[in-house]
Formats: sequence, C-alpha cells, structure tokens
Amino acid sequence: MLLYILRRLLYVLPVALAVSLVCFLLVHIAPGDPLISVLPPDASQQLQEEMRKVYGFDRPLPVQFGIWIGRAVQGDLGSSIATGRTVASEVGRAVGNTFILAVAATLLGFVLGALFGFVAGYFRDSWIDKAATTLAIAGVSLPHYWLGMVLVIVFSVWLGVLPAVGAGPGGSTDWAWDWAHIRHLILPAVTMSVIPMGIVTRTIRALVGDILSQEFVDALRAKGLTDGGVFLHVVKNAAPTALAVMGVQLGYLLGGSILIETVFSWPGTGFLLNAAIFQRDLPLLQGTILVLALFFVGLNLAVDVVQTALDPRIKRG
Amino acid sequence: MTRKILLATAAAMALLAGPALAQKVVRIGMTAADIPRTLGQPDQGFEGNRFTGLTMYDGLTLWDLSSADKPSVVIPGLATEWSVAADDKTKWTFKLRAGVKFHDGSAFDADAVVWNVQKVLDQAAAHFDASQVGVTASRMPTLRGARKIDALTVELTTSQPDSFLPINLTNLFIASPAQWNKLLAAVPAAVGDPKERAKQAWEAFARDASGTGPWKMARFVPRERLEVVKNPDYWNKDRVPKVDRMVMLPMPEANARTAALLSGQVDWIEAPAPDAVPQLKARGMTVHANAQPHVWPWQFSRVEGSPWNDVRVRKAANLCVNRGEMKQLLNGLMVEAKGTVPPGHPWWGNPSFDIKYDPEQARKLMAEAGFSRQKPLTVKTQTSASGSGQMQPLPMNEFMQQNLAECFFKVELDVIEWNTLFTNWRKGAKDESARGSHAINVTYAAMDPFFAMIRFLDSKMAPPVSNNWGFINEPDYDRMVQEARTTFDAAARDAALARLHARSVNDAAFLWVAHDVGPRAMSPRIKGHVQPKSWFVDFSPMTID
Repeated sequence: MLLYILRRLLYVLPVALAVSLVCFLLVHIAPGDPLISVLPPDASQQLQEEMRKVYGFDRPLPVQFGIWIGRAVQGDLGSSIATGRTVASEVGRAVGNTFILAVAATLLGFVLGALFGFVAGYFRDSWIDKAATTLAIAGVSLPHYWLGMVLVIVFSVWLGVLPAVGAGPGGSTDWAWDWAHIRHLILPAVTMSVIPMGIVTRTIRALVGDILSQEFVDALRAKGLTDGGVFLHVVKNAAPTALAVMGVQLGYLLGGSILIETVFSWPGTGFLLNAAIFQRDLPLLQGTILVLALFFVGLNLAVDVVQTALDPRIKRG
Repeated sequence: MTRKILLATAAAMALLAGPALAQKVVRIGMTAADIPRTLGQPDQGFEGNRFTGLTMYDGLTLWDLSSADKPSVVIPGLATEWSVAADDKTKWTFKLRAGVKFHDGSAFDADAVVWNVQKVLDQAAAHFDASQVGVTASRMPTLRGARKIDALTVELTTSQPDSFLPINLTNLFIASPAQWNKLLAAVPAAVGDPKERAKQAWEAFARDASGTGPWKMARFVPRERLEVVKNPDYWNKDRVPKVDRMVMLPMPEANARTAALLSGQVDWIEAPAPDAVPQLKARGMTVHANAQPHVWPWQFSRVEGSPWNDVRVRKAANLCVNRGEMKQLLNGLMVEAKGTVPPGHPWWGNPSFDIKYDPEQARKLMAEAGFSRQKPLTVKTQTSASGSGQMQPLPMNEFMQQNLAECFFKVELDVIEWNTLFTNWRKGAKDESARGSHAINVTYAAMDPFFAMIRFLDSKMAPPVSNNWGFINEPDYDRMVQEARTTFDAAARDAALARLHARSVNDAAFLWVAHDVGPRAMSPRIKGHVQPKSWFVDFSPMTID
C-alpha cells in the first residue's frame, strides 16, 4: 500500500508541471494587458515600458515561466499586481472560505443525494423513484446562479429571513460556527449542493438497481436476511463508486464557483478568480489556478487511495 | 432595596451602552470586486478615488462636491493658493495649509508633499513604489519633481508649461511619511533588501493607512470590507462626517447589490441595474442620479479611407440618434449628450452645430455625401458587451444601429471583451486589433482637460503615445491645445478650452451619445446626500436615521 501511494505521488509531479505550464500559457495567451490594473491605457509609452520592465513583462515568455516556476516550487507565488499583497496570502484566505462553503454543500448534496438515490433505487419505478429522479434531473439541469438569485429573492428580499450576501456579519475573518454566520452560509451552500445532489442521486439509483439485480442479493434473501440486512450489503457494495463520485464533486466544489461566489459575494476562490480575471492580474490568476489544480490532483489521489483500501478488487499494481 | 439596585444598574448600563447604540453606521455596496487600494493611490479608476482616496486622504487641490446644480470645479485642498513663476512657466509655488495633522498625529508640511511626489517619481527614493506609479503619473503626465521652500511652501516642476497641473493634482493623495517610516521600522530585521523592506512597509501601510482626510481607517479585510470612522479633527469643520462609521463592501454583481439593499443588508448601493430601478422605487428606496463628466461616444477613425473623414457623414450620424428614446430604454439613467461637456459647463463654448435628433436633416446630409437607402454606407464599430463606464453597451449600440439604418448607415458591430477593447483603444485604428473598424466605443471621464479633450484631439497624442485612436490630425486643434495649456489664468484657460470644445463640436469630431448619471440607490433612512455633477461624492454631509 505504501509503495502504491509513493508511486502515485511520483505520478503527481509531471501532472503538476504540465498543469503549471498550461495555466501559465493560458493566462498569457489571453488578450489584454496584464498591467491594466496599475497602468491606465492613457499612460505614456515611456511609462508603459518602464512599468513592463519593473514587473518583468519585458522578458521572453520562457524566461518568465522559468522564474515563476522556480519561485513557485519554493512556495513563493509572487505578489498580486493589483493589490500588492502576496498571492499565497490571497489564495490561502480564499481557499479557507471556499472550503467552508464546499464542505457544507458537499455534505448537504451527499446526504440528500444518497437518500434520494437509495430510496429511488430500492423502490424502482414507483412514484417515489419518479419524484426522486425528477429532483435529480432538476438539480443537474437548473443553472445554479439562477437558482441562487431566486433563493435570494425569496428568502432575503421577500421573506427577509436570510442574508443575501457576504460571509458573516463582520466578514470571513471572524468566521464562527454560530447562527449569525451559518445563516450567511445557507443560501450559497444550498445553491451549490444541487448539482452534486443530482449527480449522486442518479449514480446511486443506478448502482442500487444494478446491485439488486445481482445473484448474491437473491442468495442473501434465500438465506433469510431481512430487508434491512440486504440493504446494508447494497450500501457496502455501492459505497466505493459513490465515494469516487463524491470525491470528484468535492474537488469541483473546492475549486470554487465563480458564479455562485459572485452572486453571494462569498470571498472564496471563485470570487478571487473573478476579480483576477477582470483585472488581468496574471500572478494572482496563475497562482490561484495552480493551487486549485494541485488541490484537485491531491484530492483525486486521496480518493484513489481510500477507494483502493475499501475495495480489494481494485488493483494496486 | 434590591429592586432599586437593579434599576440603578440598568440605568448605568444604558448610559454606558448609549454611545455604542447610538453609533450611526452606513453600509455601502460598491461595484468593485475588491476594496480599492488603501495606501494612498487607489486602483480601480475613479471608483477607487471615490471610496479609498477622497475619504481617507486629501490632495493639494480638491473637487468641489458641495452642489448638485453647479459643475464640480477645483478648489483649494491641502494647498491654500498656488501660482506659476512669471519667468519660468514650468515652476509652480504651492502655499500649504497650516495646522493639518495626519491621522497618526504627525504634522502635514512641505516635507510630506515632497515625500509624496517622490513616492511615484523618484526611483532612488527609499519609499518609491512602482505599484503606485501607473495610476498617478499618467494622471499628471508633466509633473517632474517637488522641492521644499519652507515648512509650508513647496515648488513643483513640470516638464513643459502646463496650466492643467492644479487640476491634475487632485489625483495625488498625500499619505503620512511618519506612519510609513514607523511601519518600515517594524519590518523584521531579517529582511535586508531595502526594496523588499519598502514593499513590506507599503503593504503594512495599506492595512494601517494614515492620511489627512475626513475619514480614518478602522478595519480592513481584503476583498471583503473596509470600515472607516469619522475624523472629528478634520481641518475643514464643514466636512466633518455626520455619521460615525462607514462600511464599504465589494459587490460586483448588480442583482446581488440590489438584493442586499432590499433585504436591509446595506443602506446604499452604487450603480443599480436600470431594470431594478422601478422595483427599488416601489420599495421606498431613493435613487439619486446626476450628469457626470463622462462621455459615451463613438470615436471616429480618421485614417485614410475612413467614411468618417466626410464631415457631412459625421454630422448626419450625430443627428440621427434618438437620444430621448434611448434614455427611456435606460429607465432615464442617462443624459443626452450635446458634446464632451454639457451646456453651462465652463468649457462648453456655445458651438453652432446643435446636436439633436433630426433625421430629416441627417438624411439630407447623407444624400449630399452620395448615400441613399439603396446605397447605404457601411460602417463598423468596435465595442464591448460590458465594462466600467460602458453603461449598457449592447442595447445602446443595437438601438443606434436601428436609428442609423434610417439615415442610410449600415452598422456592423464588432463586440469584444472589455479589457481587450480597452487595450486596443491605445493601439489605434491602424492596428490590426481594430479589425477594420471605423469607430471605437470606449467611454471616458471628462474631469480634466487632458482626459476630456486633449488626448483625443491633439495630433501628438496619436498611438502609441495616447488615446487619439482615430489619428485626428487637425492643425487648428493642435494650436488650440497649446494655447489652453499655456494659459495660466484659470478663467482664460477655461475660455481657451471652451473654444477648443466648440470647434470640435462644430466639426462633429465624435458621435456624442450620452453622459452617465452615476446612479446610486439608498435606503430612505439616509438623508442629506448631495449628488454632485461628478464621479465623486462627499460622504461627509449624509446622515442616517
């Protein structure tokens, strides 16, 4: 097992390098001036040239990449052009906020998705199945930013029971798991949970249907196992796949959602990326994408390891 | 007895809690996605100056924001008077206001002015900060240096005679050298590189800022909130804030801002979506708007072969846009443009060409130029789908497309991303980035003469030097620009600018369409707000019930 983990860690290195190269190239290929936040277009040509030199944008792209990656491996992601703050501090704060939102949305999505999925799979073709399937389809089909706006209109504007924006009454730095803060989390977390809820419901429904049609279930019943006992076996057999799907979903959610975080002014990675994109803040954009991509790679690795541990049929070779 | 003690305790607690309960707080939803920089020279354009510049800092000169009716003009700020040397028009003397203190308690004086000029112009200075250079130097392109004459007098030098300097200096915000030096001393000794030490000191200064403005920084959470409290010792007693605390919250999404206001999470929002205005009014919110020094134009290409080289065509386009209906389209949130500045402005100049909706006259001019319904003139305009100051670019351009079709124009729109359009603006109509466009739709601020007119009309400002995108090359304009720049009496300088403006309108140098009105919606609890004819606002007079 240890060898397997080490080998998988080695695989991460070329992936991380490729990811860093792609994200560096993508942000540099995109049109627009990287100094737009600190240099208005009416700046003199001389000033523009001086500033390009100060920020190192006068150097060839391969040199810029070499310098950036050299610093990145030492943990220095540079400083934001727009704010002057270090990218690491910006990303660190945003990742923390997105983590709160993603975990809440994942828990909600997974619990509801698992519930709907098992119930729908167990009572296949019944009205319960149809209702759960309809919910699942709605979950994956509704544009979530639209859903977010509707929830804000209903619960914030009309009913006035939940706040429309922000990560707490005093901002995210004061975050606490009390009602004053949790009420800020509810609408974005519900909005964010509908897609994983839909995907998990559909996956588990299909899995349960498939497992129930297998011969070992008939054998269990023939041996006199109760419905509850059979159900436990079904859950155990469905768990590795459900876990893998949930891991991928958690990865997506940890990447932040530009749309949801912007709609709710939630200061996470999506909100940060939105600002970085509009300000053409290349160091911030590169750093954020790199951290998120590595996060995703790491999460996939963790899911693979857990899945392998849970299911001995998965080869470690 | 016990009851008496309880009552006395309750009364004492109420007295103690009184000031806290009575604290007046106004919460504002900004359009920015981040708090504009707080270290003195804000980013994010004029929204930055509005929220983190003019609140915590002062310039040597300031904008008069006290009236909703009069044009906003330059008034004394930290300088009480200024003059240019009679024998050398590149040297200015500024007399400074006595008795002004920074928020950290240190004194404002000539050394502070020299230090603040050095922060953006003197690369050898320990506190030089490249990140503040772009947004500052570009707004005072001729400023070259500062020299202390005595404790309350400084001499500023320009690269050429430039009568616009006092206007430009509204963009130089005076930060506290004492505070910066204190924060520099606090940088760990392990950081040896002087540049890195200076950088860290500026980072710390951004978190613990100190200026001379009417508001003092109280709490700063990057990307989330900036809280400022009133400066009771502000040097201008008429502008001491009437509320205790102001909280600024970044809310880039217009619907989120509207929902936040309607749900009572904020008391004031910038730029509500036009569609939301009727709903906001129906819910009792107040919507303030006033003409801003802002222009929503089509800037013409005047390179060889451009259809806009014919003045009849330029005039026809100006006469063919039904600005009144466009205003209805925007729920009233625009002012119909008659030039770069509106009638009544010191630079208006009474042009003879009256920009209005007159399609008959427009068609006549187009017919004279050789075009008809059967033989329309094809013109291509580059624009964006959104962007700062662009208002509602797509509906507005499509509306113009329909209008202009009635006057024998066939308009093609080339819609590109806002930052790309902004970058292309600098490259000019001859550059391949223009993709054969005959006009570009980039809005601009018209606060000072350089930004309002000179950079577009002076032939020396053609790309790559500045924003004369269309390569206008009119010797008359060049002469008038020079005349305005070298006229140092303020009234005479404004008269020279008025002549330049009138000439450009008579020549239909642009297709002028609209001025933005800087809409902001607020809770009916907010009283005393003055919406000046400016990009900026004085937050001092407002109160909240």
